[in-house]
Amino acid sequence: MGHSRFGDRSDVNISELTFEAVQPSLEDSGLTAKEIPYVAVGSMGVWSEEPLPAVVIAEYCGLTGAGLVRCEAACASGSAAAFNAYSAIASGQLDTAMVVGVEKMRQIDTPTALEMIGRAGYYLWEFENFGMTFPAYYAVHAVQHMAKYDTTEEDLALVAVKNHRYGAMNPLAHLQHEITVEKVLSSSVIAWPLKLYDCCPITDGAAAIVLASEEKVKELGIEAPVWIEAIGFSSDTANISKREDYVGLEASVQASRMAYKMAGISPKDVDVATVHDCFTIAEIMAYEDLGFCEKGEGASMVREGETEVGGRIPVNVDGGLKAKGHPIGTTGVSMLVELTKQLREEIKPRGRQAPMKNYTALAHNTGGTGHYGYVTILRR
Amino acid sequence: MKNVDKPLTLKSARTLHITYNLPISRTSKFWQGLKEGKIYATKCQKCGKLHFPPVADCGDCGSSNVKWTELDGEGEIETFTQVVVKPASFSKEPDYIVAIARLKEGVRALAWLVGIEREDVQVGMKVRLVPRVTSDGRVSYEFIPV
Repeated sequence: MGHSRFGDRSDVNISELTFEAVQPSLEDSGLTAKEIPYVAVGSMGVWSEEPLPAVVIAEYCGLTGAGLVRCEAACASGSAAAFNAYSAIASGQLDTAMVVGVEKMRQIDTPTALEMIGRAGYYLWEFENFGMTFPAYYAVHAVQHMAKYDTTEEDLALVAVKNHRYGAMNPLAHLQHEITVEKVLSSSVIAWPLKLYDCCPITDGAAAIVLASEEKVKELGIEAPVWIEAIGFSSDTANISKREDYVGLEASVQASRMAYKMAGISPKDVDVATVHDCFTIAEIMAYEDLGFCEKGEGASMVREGETEVGGRIPVNVDGGLKAKGHPIGTTGVSMLVELTKQLREEIKPRGRQAPMKNYTALAHNTGGTGHYGYVTILRR
Repeated sequence: MKNVDKPLTLKSARTLHITYNLPISRTSKFWQGLKEGKIYATKCQKCGKLHFPPVADCGDCGSSNVKWTELDGEGEIETFTQVVVKPASFSKEPDYIVAIARLKEGVRALAWLVGIEREDVQVGMKVRLVPRVTSDGRVSYEFIPV
């Protein structure tokens, strides 16, 4: 696997950025570009000039000739690409495939980027006349969660503080500085009650992984491989006005149930997780939707430090989307890279290595506002 | 990495200005209704499902036999937000409150809530969904406090 440095990467174009992830992933797998028969690319791609990012990056990275597809599931495009490549191997047609996530979001101005993401839902009914934004979609969830379960703005801030603490320890993260609850609470309002530090940054980044069949893994002589045990998925209505409530994401609930069942595990077996914290409230809802705690108890998990390293289930100890950054189509692949490192117990600095008991990790990747839901379970 | 602080970029010479034409023939009664002060939903004549926003085809049962039905507009706020940092095409608007309310017919609607300060808005508040014609002649709808 490979992973570029996340951040404002105006120093490189989309192909050069992808190369930073693809080349190390090839070296890590022991394969050359010419030996990769299929590449699934997770990318939204509306913020950069290339409408066909897959062919552009494939040419640059020497992957031309491989089967090629760009997968779109909004912010879960990376997971959708992983499922696409995984299925190709699981079907028996291929013995290896590559998954690439890449997004170059900082080539346009911020209001236009906000416009592009805000339109992602049901344009006609929620954007054309009402100008919904991505922060606004999560803000309506925060408001109802706060009204129903007494979750507070301070609780939301604690998520940001935790994830920034780990982001500061991750040399690949976009935001590598620690923050305080006071700093979050006094930051400017974006979509009330969400403030600047409740929101993930707009980030450039790429990540890549090579998947292989059991047979191929043996042939390559890979020691202690990490296996995809399950990929669960679901979706929800385009109009959020058609949802039953705004205290969780049903697609996350359904995707995780499917994944737990496929892997034959329960939430308590998970040693470490990455969850889709595009906004602080999203991480609290994810704890609940994934069954790490009961509905309405998400805030107490972060208050009690249960999701820190040393806690019951460390979550987003790479900084999460909040501090590591959220290059839309890259995120799902980035999660798999991070969890593979966690399962191999090779995280540095050691302060953010989660202790392994069952060698089981979970990636939760949401597209839009729970429009798409993916949960992937890895095991070593 | 000597250019990290001031990366060199080339500003693209080819720009796009995209305006989409949105087909509304099959829901024209809804848009016409707004001009006449009415808010319509559609009700599936096969399975009875009430749809808002209105649809011409029922995705629940597959029937295209739907009937227009007027909504009263009365509802209760389930959640809301105030958009402060706006998308490019809304940049000239003052901060706006977006609310989701459950209407008494059972469907939900998402729209701006006007005529009230954000500090005074509460979950559970009674509102009414009313048609609105903007100053530039566009038709829309909005919530007003009851």
